[in-house]
Amino acid sequence: MKLNEREEAILNGKEGEVKAKIMRTLVKYGEIFGAEKMVDITPGTKGHLVTSFGLSVMKPVYALMDEIILSGVKSSQPFSADPIPLDSNVPQSLVQKLFFKIMYGMQSSYNEQLKALGLLDEKAFTCTCYLDEVGNTPKRGDILSWAESSAVVYANSVLGARCNRNSGIIDLFGSIVGCVPFFGLLTDEGRKADYLIEVKTEKLPEAQLLGSAIGLKVMEETPYIVGLDKYFMGLDDSAKAYLKDMGAGAASNGAVGLYHVENITPEAVDYKRALLKEGYKTYVIDDQELERVLESYPVIWKNPDSKAKVAFVGCPHLTEKQLFSWAERIEAALKKNGRKKTVIPLVITAAPAVLEKFRKNEAASRLESEGVVLSYICPLMYMNNPECKKMPTITSSNKLRTYTSSRYMKEEDLIEYVTGGKHGKSI
Amino acid sequence: MERVFKGRPIVKGKCKAKALVSHEGFNTLASYQHSLMFGDKKAKCSDQSNRELYGKEMAGRALCLPQTIGSTTGGLVLYCASSFSREPKCMLFSKEIDSLAAAGAILSEVWTDSDMVAVDMLGDEFLSFVQDGDDIEVFEDGSVKVKR
Repeated sequence: MKLNEREEAILNGKEGEVKAKIMRTLVKYGEIFGAEKMVDITPGTKGHLVTSFGLSVMKPVYALMDEIILSGVKSSQPFSADPIPLDSNVPQSLVQKLFFKIMYGMQSSYNEQLKALGLLDEKAFTCTCYLDEVGNTPKRGDILSWAESSAVVYANSVLGARCNRNSGIIDLFGSIVGCVPFFGLLTDEGRKADYLIEVKTEKLPEAQLLGSAIGLKVMEETPYIVGLDKYFMGLDDSAKAYLKDMGAGAASNGAVGLYHVENITPEAVDYKRALLKEGYKTYVIDDQELERVLESYPVIWKNPDSKAKVAFVGCPHLTEKQLFSWAERIEAALKKNGRKKTVIPLVITAAPAVLEKFRKNEAASRLESEGVVLSYICPLMYMNNPECKKMPTITSSNKLRTYTSSRYMKEEDLIEYVTGGKHGKSI
Repeated sequence: MERVFKGRPIVKGKCKAKALVSHEGFNTLASYQHSLMFGDKKAKCSDQSNRELYGKEMAGRALCLPQTIGSTTGGLVLYCASSFSREPKCMLFSKEIDSLAAAGAILSEVWTDSDMVAVDMLGDEFLSFVQDGDDIEVFEDGSVKVKR
């Protein structure tokens, strides 16, 4: 790899041994993928880290952070980080609480490390850092050093920024030295599509189910999706929220880092089907195919006939508009089913700044009085607790289903379940 | 029976180990989660979705796989496993290594004392041929000898 003068100096230890090791890591990482140079992170952008959890067993990570901090090195840009794992408002038994205390015993000290390295602010813990309320929204063409699969795929696809699917630690390393290896999704060639996805369903499919079908098929390749544009008025707020959830499904059930949606996402609007590579493959998704995918999800509850004890919505975190939509639908379903409160606790998660804004509306207190818990938590981190894993939980998030023992339900079925009505066959 | 496959050395080195084979994507976080949380030094695979590996010991084995999948914490999970000496002896990828596994292999090489070897692009035939328990020998040039 050919480095410029500044990068060469860092590699040779002019800015200390720790920074030299960081640069050596990034150079070796880039060389694996044929990167011929490093490229600067766009000035004025912010970073995003996937590691937000002070998990006691990750001690080597915290030791590495200490090594960096003690050497006087900081991030060259402020950064946000994924949601934190703890919120006492979210239902938990005494045993679960005890496990949380042991598991995430390093949360406070890790938060301090993040602050020392350049955390944006105390509200910057969310997987949806790109929402306006949070303040880490990159522009088209910006070069980023992010991790968190759902955020990376959103930044690339919906915002047109450029970022590889980095691992945790690599995200921070790029932010520290201010440059990243130039390969993959950072290049024009790397952003072309390998697959044409034809969506031929009767109505707009459930976002995370569609994303799951796409991810399972294309794995790490890039899809160009047609047939969705008729449901949206361009890239409006509802399209953005839908694509956020679709991308999370594709990035967790596969390894999708970028997708294009005809007539909606910025690069598809500009370049249209010229984005498709020669010899692209085609995958048709109709209602039957989505049913097949849905039925392929394994059930890993100890007793599949158990009744769910908690429901989770908001992985990735919801937008404010989605919060209003859920509030409206929950209220209507409770009324229809003749109930005042949900039959099991429903935890709805969003970024701290989004929740703060939402709480200024009456809908928030109404939701809470109906048995809904509003939280900034990472449901995935919550479910990592072995005592929570044993507890039957349901979710409308395919991402949460993928990584935990939660069972997936379509949104309308989940609403019926938690409000005591009849639910469909997605469970 | 013996066959030699040629791949690309990602982290160069020589080693010998018994094969442990996953024909599907290896979910690093799900596989190492239990070992890291409960101090299992042999690193029994805790990914319930991976029927081939679930419950098998991963530490010190020649892990043969197509690629890794799942959370972008994958690289740092591998780094933690290496720091605790619970990493595989080598990781042998049939396809081109993915960015998360590459990060894990490089972080382990640069920031820990681990001598985990990584070779990629061994080809689909490698993964079709190799079986659990085969004797694996890896050479510096990325050649992999499989003996049963």
